[in-house]
Parts: sequence; C-alpha cells; structure tokens
Amino acid sequence: MSQRIGVVRFPGTNCEFDTIDAIRALDGEAEVLWHGQSDLKNVDAIVIPGGFAHGDYLRCGAIAKFSPVMDSITSFAEDGGPVLGICNGFQVLTEVGLLPGALQKNAGMKFLCSMQQIEFASTSNVLGQQASVGDRLMIPINHFEGNYVCAPEVLTEMEAENRIVFRYTDNPNGSLADIAGICNQAGNVVGMMPHPERATSRLLGSTDGIGLLRSLLAA
Amino acid sequence: MHFEVKVEVSPREGIANPEGSTIERALPALGFVTASNVRVGKVIRLRVEADSSDDAKSLVEDMCNRFLSNPVIEDSQVEVLQG
Repeated sequence: MSQRIGVVRFPGTNCEFDTIDAIRALDGEAEVLWHGQSDLKNVDAIVIPGGFAHGDYLRCGAIAKFSPVMDSITSFAEDGGPVLGICNGFQVLTEVGLLPGALQKNAGMKFLCSMQQIEFASTSNVLGQQASVGDRLMIPINHFEGNYVCAPEVLTEMEAENRIVFRYTDNPNGSLADIAGICNQAGNVVGMMPHPERATSRLLGSTDGIGLLRSLLAA
Repeated sequence: MHFEVKVEVSPREGIANPEGSTIERALPALGFVTASNVRVGKVIRLRVEADSSDDAKSLVEDMCNRFLSNPVIEDSQVEVLQG
C-alpha cells in the first residue's frame, strides 16, 4: 500500500496542494517534497504535479532534471517505486528520461483548459489497478505543451508492450496516436497530461480521478 | 581564450512545428504569399573559455546534446562567432 505520497514541489509548481488535498480526501497521507532536497522522507509513492517547474525555462521540465530530488526519484523509480507525473510532471519525466518521447506545443497553438474524455488503453500500470481496458473517464486538461511525440519505433515498442495508458477519445492537442498518458516498461512510472486531482468532486465536474488516485494509493 | 558561441536550436525535420505553421498561415494576410516551410526555433548565445575554436565548438555541442536541446524533437547547430 502506498499510503504516504510525496508530492514534489519545484519553484513554479502550482498543483501540489490540489494534489495533496485530493489524496487526503481519500484517507491517504501526503506531504510536500522540496526539489532542493534529495531526501524522499520514506514515502511510498511520488507524484510530480502540474505547474511550471523552474518557469519552464529553456523547455518544459528541462531545468527540473538538475534538482537534487530528481536523482532520488530516478533511483526510487528504478527500484520499482510508484511515480506519477501529471501535466508538467509528465514533461519532467520525459526530460529526465524515465519516460520516452517529448511533449511539444499543442497543434492548434492554443493553451487548452477543458474537460476531456480519455480511455484506458492499458491497465498493467500503477493507475490501472481498479480499471478495465476501454474504461472512459472525464478528466480535465490544462496545458500548452501536451502534444506528445516520439520516434515511430518507440511508439511501436510502447504499443507492443501495452505502455499506452490513456488515449483521448477526441484528440484536443494533436498528440501522436491520441496519447494522453504512457508508462515505463515495469508500469510503475506513469505520465499523463490530464489532471486526475481536479476530477475528485462533483463540484469540480467529475469524480473520475478518484479511481486513479485510489489505484496509486493501493500500488 | 574566450569564444563567443551561437547555438541554433530548431525543430527536427519531420516533427510538426505548430508555431511555424501558424506564422505561415498568417503571412498571406500581409500579402506574403510566397513564403513556405516556416520553422520557429531559438537562438542561445554564450561565451566559453577554451583552448581553441574547435574545443569551444565541441564543448558547446556537448552542452546541446545533454541540456540545451532535446534530441527527441530538436536539432542544434553550433557556430563559433569569434575568439
């Protein structure tokens, strides 16, 4: 059980407290991990939340890879620890090399902020423990750089290994193969552009994020 | 010795460049109907200390591969401007 979740905070992160609130509402424990410290405080799982780590200077996530916390997270992930990158957190995971590919500007050159339907394409990962392939979820997106791209052979490999976690049912950003989220080979590292922490209450318009966070808490 | 170096980071060929495409679609509004293949990248200028121009170039190329560009979506070109 991943009852204690560490939520990483870089300068410019802005979704850490939404994420912590959502986890606590599910009876999980959550605390902030400051990017400048390499101590992961013995947490059971990591969330790299959304925002603009280091101002997104140079490229989204590019500077974050030099933060001391990322070396510890890389070791944690290599040892099988559950890691979820949401939005900017997904971008950080691609820049540090824990996930393949990159996220470029949306095809329509617009910042997108909307409720989006996504579909589970694979459940053999830390978010899919309570889901079935084909399950459809309403989860909001909020990004300018969410247009996923990778080399054709990487896409072929990921599809063969069931590593496409989510696809958009109505692609909003030009993302390759409608990809909204992917995972590593072991399935313990997941990156996704939509924000599950913002879909945890009827007041927010959807509760479909709850199952994903519960799955992480149970991982 | 100090060298002034210019790095041009550009979207890799074959990778969509929505910024360039948007500019390309806008140009005809000003009467520029003959422009095509518009690509937007970025330029980074820096000064490095090295023994020779070649050393300066390879030093900055190393920076590009490991940090200044993302080889998944970008190409980079290093030019030593002056020593």
